[in-house]
Amino acid sequence: MSEALEIAGLSAAYGGRSVIDGLSLPPFAPGTVTSLIGPNAAGKTTLLRALAGLHPAKGSVRLGGRNLLALPLAEHARFVTYMPQSLPQRVALSVLEGVAGALRASPVDGPALSDAELMARALEVIELVGIGHKALAGLDHLSGGQRQLASLAQALARSPRVLLLDEPISALDLYYQLRVMKLVQQLARERGMIVIMVLHDLAIAARWSDRVVVLAEGRVMADGAPAQAISAEVLASVYKVRGRVEQDGADLRIAIDDILP
Amino acid sequence: MIQGTEHDPATILAAYRATRRRRGVILLGMVVLGMAAFLLDISTGPSPLRLADVLLGLFQPDQLSAPEQTIIRQVRLPYALMALLVGAALSLAGAEMQTILNNPLASPFTLGVSSAASFGAALAIVSGISLPFVPADWMVPLNAFIAAFASVLLLEALARSRAAGMEGVVLFGIALVFTFNALVALLQFVASQEALSQLVFWTMGSLGRSTWGGLTTLAVVLALVLPFSWRAADAMTALRLGEDRARSFGVDVRRLRLFSLLRISALAATAVAFVGTIGFIGLVGPHIARMLLGEDHRFLLPASLLTGAVIMSLASVLSKVLVPGVLLPVGIVTSMIGVPVFLLLILKKPNRV
Repeated sequence: MSEALEIAGLSAAYGGRSVIDGLSLPPFAPGTVTSLIGPNAAGKTTLLRALAGLHPAKGSVRLGGRNLLALPLAEHARFVTYMPQSLPQRVALSVLEGVAGALRASPVDGPALSDAELMARALEVIELVGIGHKALAGLDHLSGGQRQLASLAQALARSPRVLLLDEPISALDLYYQLRVMKLVQQLARERGMIVIMVLHDLAIAARWSDRVVVLAEGRVMADGAPAQAISAEVLASVYKVRGRVEQDGADLRIAIDDILP
Repeated sequence: MIQGTEHDPATILAAYRATRRRRGVILLGMVVLGMAAFLLDISTGPSPLRLADVLLGLFQPDQLSAPEQTIIRQVRLPYALMALLVGAALSLAGAEMQTILNNPLASPFTLGVSSAASFGAALAIVSGISLPFVPADWMVPLNAFIAAFASVLLLEALARSRAAGMEGVVLFGIALVFTFNALVALLQFVASQEALSQLVFWTMGSLGRSTWGGLTTLAVVLALVLPFSWRAADAMTALRLGEDRARSFGVDVRRLRLFSLLRISALAATAVAFVGTIGFIGLVGPHIARMLLGEDHRFLLPASLLTGAVIMSLASVLSKVLVPGVLLPVGIVTSMIGVPVFLLLILKKPNRV
């Protein structure tokens, strides 16, 4: 059952401009969490959307024997779920209706679940992300952080082989950042999911991921265990900042001192 | 700010079920309101009828005098039924349109479908064109339908092309409104006096053209569209959470849009074809439904349909009593109700226009 995700020669353009050009990465193993980091406009979102089948791309994305890029959308959705950066504003649905509605609409999960099972699963993930007390609150009446948790709950309601999260913790306070990272790691292990998430916080990426991929201008600048991928050189060349990275036992200590001239 | 208090799932479920029951009750209330408005509509007119007589006329016509039978059966009943059906069709079309174009100001009227239908009708009236096998009095509705359908296909083609985006579709729809209104004005300029008066009446929107033939056509179209609308309800709810999200759940959004636009064109074009331009029902109906029941489309779609029917029926009553002795075109009344609501929506949601 352990089918790895392999990306080879992946290219994607945005508005006629090449964003990712011939990107290849070693296989992503089931049950692992990978953080995708890099400066703004590095192509992180485009890469995730291409993997999710939402952005036209050339090349190959293989999961086990299948080339995901060749699959029709409904079939693709069976294996991959994508959590976009934000939820639309002014939607008159409650947190529970959002999760249940998304599940019900999915041709993969919807027909397979009874109404009771569906509601139970929706409530379970809402509880897991920590907004059980807001289950019946309207999405428009939530704080930015709570909205992000509601959005995450919609993605976690399904259990695909590959879960792609686009900046899932950017609006969360410290407690919830860690809670979500722990939860994602735990679900990846339990369900044998391949999780790839875009993050901006290097310390959190280093602490909670099994693997870090550094992307800049559509190219892979570093890839490996956090201690290998994140280094002072990478900080300088990719982020144009001066920083120190020290390994202390299992911990990676990252300190950023200044921007480079 | 975010508390981690855990909540009992059974309590939440029970509360959610209560919400669903409340929604069912509201829907039922709308049905009752619709029936009341329908009866009121039949009883209102140049010669007012008592409610008892209306009921007799509907269920035991033999007990009424021949003139009363005629008034109810031949005049008031088709008007009142047409009001319900047109309101239902336009409001359902508006609800679907607002969701698939992701814009709260979308409706057949605001995006040019009604204007296109007017143009089609105007063309038939002014040019007096005829087709073999098509009765003369069907040429105007048929032409209106063809033009409305064409405008929806244009909107759909634009929605499908990646370049424009949903805002582009809405702007294009507004451009359609201006274009078709200009074309209708041009036709009015060259029209004969007789055609002109017919044309003006048509563009105002009036239930006065209700016939049993038209009613049957609209009823059949609604009956054909409804099951497909219903089947798309869950996908539309998911679409409200964002297009990428819906697609990553396996919803074929492009297909959903295409079929929804086909339903919208069938509903709007048929409604406009038989009663002319009726503004704002397709805009206001869904908004009221959304305020009352939220955006789970399993509730929103039927609620929009019912709200539209109720508003249109009440507008029909108003059109008969506003100016005593004068039957105003109902399109004028719906616009008079609709414009203030439209303004309210714009003021309330500045960042979505």
